[in-house]
Amino acid sequence: MEKVIEVRHLVKKFGSFTANDNLNFDVYQGEIFGFLGANGAGKTTAMRILCGLSSPTSGEVKVSGYDIYKETEKIKRNIGYMSQKFSLYEDLTIAENIRFFSGIYGITPKNRKAKQEVLLKNLDIESSKDSLIGSLPLGWKQKLAFSVAIFHDPKIVFLDEPTSGVDPITRRKFWDLIYEATDRGITVFVTTHYMDEAEYCNRVSIMNDGRIEALDTPENLKKKYSAKNMDEVFLKIAR
Amino acid sequence: MISIHHISKSYSDVQAVRDISLEVKNGELFGLIGPDGAGKTTLMRILMTLLIQDEGTASMGGFDVIKDYKKIRNMTGYMPGRFSLYQDLTVEENLNFFATVFKTTVAENYDLIRDIYIQIEPFKKRLAGKLSGGMKQKLALSCALIHKPEILILDEPTTGVDAVSRKEFWEMLKKLQQKGITILVSTPYMDEAMLCNRVALMQKGEILDIDTPQKLVENYTRKLYAIKSDDMHRLIQDLRSYEKTDSAYAFGQFLHVTGKEDEVEATEFENYLLKKDHPGLQVFDIVPGIEDVFMELLQEQ
Repeated sequence: MEKVIEVRHLVKKFGSFTANDNLNFDVYQGEIFGFLGANGAGKTTAMRILCGLSSPTSGEVKVSGYDIYKETEKIKRNIGYMSQKFSLYEDLTIAENIRFFSGIYGITPKNRKAKQEVLLKNLDIESSKDSLIGSLPLGWKQKLAFSVAIFHDPKIVFLDEPTSGVDPITRRKFWDLIYEATDRGITVFVTTHYMDEAEYCNRVSIMNDGRIEALDTPENLKKKYSAKNMDEVFLKIAR
Repeated sequence: MISIHHISKSYSDVQAVRDISLEVKNGELFGLIGPDGAGKTTLMRILMTLLIQDEGTASMGGFDVIKDYKKIRNMTGYMPGRFSLYQDLTVEENLNFFATVFKTTVAENYDLIRDIYIQIEPFKKRLAGKLSGGMKQKLALSCALIHKPEILILDEPTTGVDAVSRKEFWEMLKKLQQKGITILVSTPYMDEAMLCNRVALMQKGEILDIDTPQKLVENYTRKLYAIKSDDMHRLIQDLRSYEKTDSAYAFGQFLHVTGKEDEVEATEFENYLLKKDHPGLQVFDIVPGIEDVFMELLQEQ
């Protein structure tokens, strides 16, 4: 299978502090890769590097085939990003947000119109396209933010705690969207503090003190740590 | 200890809290459970005398939140959802500042905070802004406790916190409760409801139900099945398109499924799914958790 992310001997230091200590892993096309770890374990640092926002101290990293040192602009064009905190502009309408992000990613107006129609139809919000984002329920905003994050058909989408703070039904509906995206061949790289969501990933890595302590399918991790669920696996590794 | 009668509050065109009434008993650990927008923060701010309600009355330890706001501020500790200590003061300076504001000293009430503060004491000369998330949380809790409050109000102390730190935080809360402090805590994590004496399940400014978590679970009377196969994504699609399925949601490694009118037997689901060729199929009865209860209440709405 095609590797969408390749990380070899990734080290990132801030002064004397080592945030990422020799990370090695691959992420394959179309998989849902869960990136877990305690607060301060080094997840955000690694994710910023993968998104081309920060350079490693040493090591080799390729994201959708591009080199993290020399080709960060190409990387940014080929990835999508969404978090609970940064999503859409609240004081723009749905259509305006789509136009804005299309412009950033260089999607032609003609192309945009066709894609926008599909997006609005899929989310069943055609009649609300001129509503301000700020006026929408949180569940809608989140679905829309995800759809906009993959609007330019990136190979991979990074989701940073996308479901924090939403109700349990909305949280599950959001995972339906993630599955649909992987059906289209998009690779999903996701962080979460909900351990039940770790079960929905194809593979999961767990970081602790800057290192990846475990990386496998949820099934194999549970066997290896003789745990009945991912919560127990996490507690055993991170405590 | 905390008494809330028919409290409502709107911000321009949004009704944040709608006719809420509840009582928190002396020494109780009470949870407000619900997602963003449920009204948890608004309710807490009204109790903390930081916001005035449009309608209704509320009291803390017998004192009215409007008339006796000064008394309430002296007897309650508050940890807001956003870290709001002084980032440019050190750990030690923050603690001393809050002690002084409440006309006490760190030494006088050190017993109460020792277990928590001892974990950040090695960093007492560090600026609060330079602490990690977990350490900030411990400092904020220490500062909220330094005047020995009778009531402690914590607004989503564990949001964005990893599973290990969440567990440790709840262990700290249990210890504080044992020291006689009444605690009102909010959280969007359903599993934390089980750690409270009683909880209010909230959504969009209203209370869906109030009870002990055990009672809430017992009152869930529907037949609930756990279903699993090797292809979970297809499984959920197949179950949702089955005419006898009422709801099918992912719950970790299983799906939790209810049938229409609760008249669907496990064997019916099993036979249907076997026809759909699901390898590794498992279907069995399951005891509901608080999250099942919450989702059922959401669906009834």
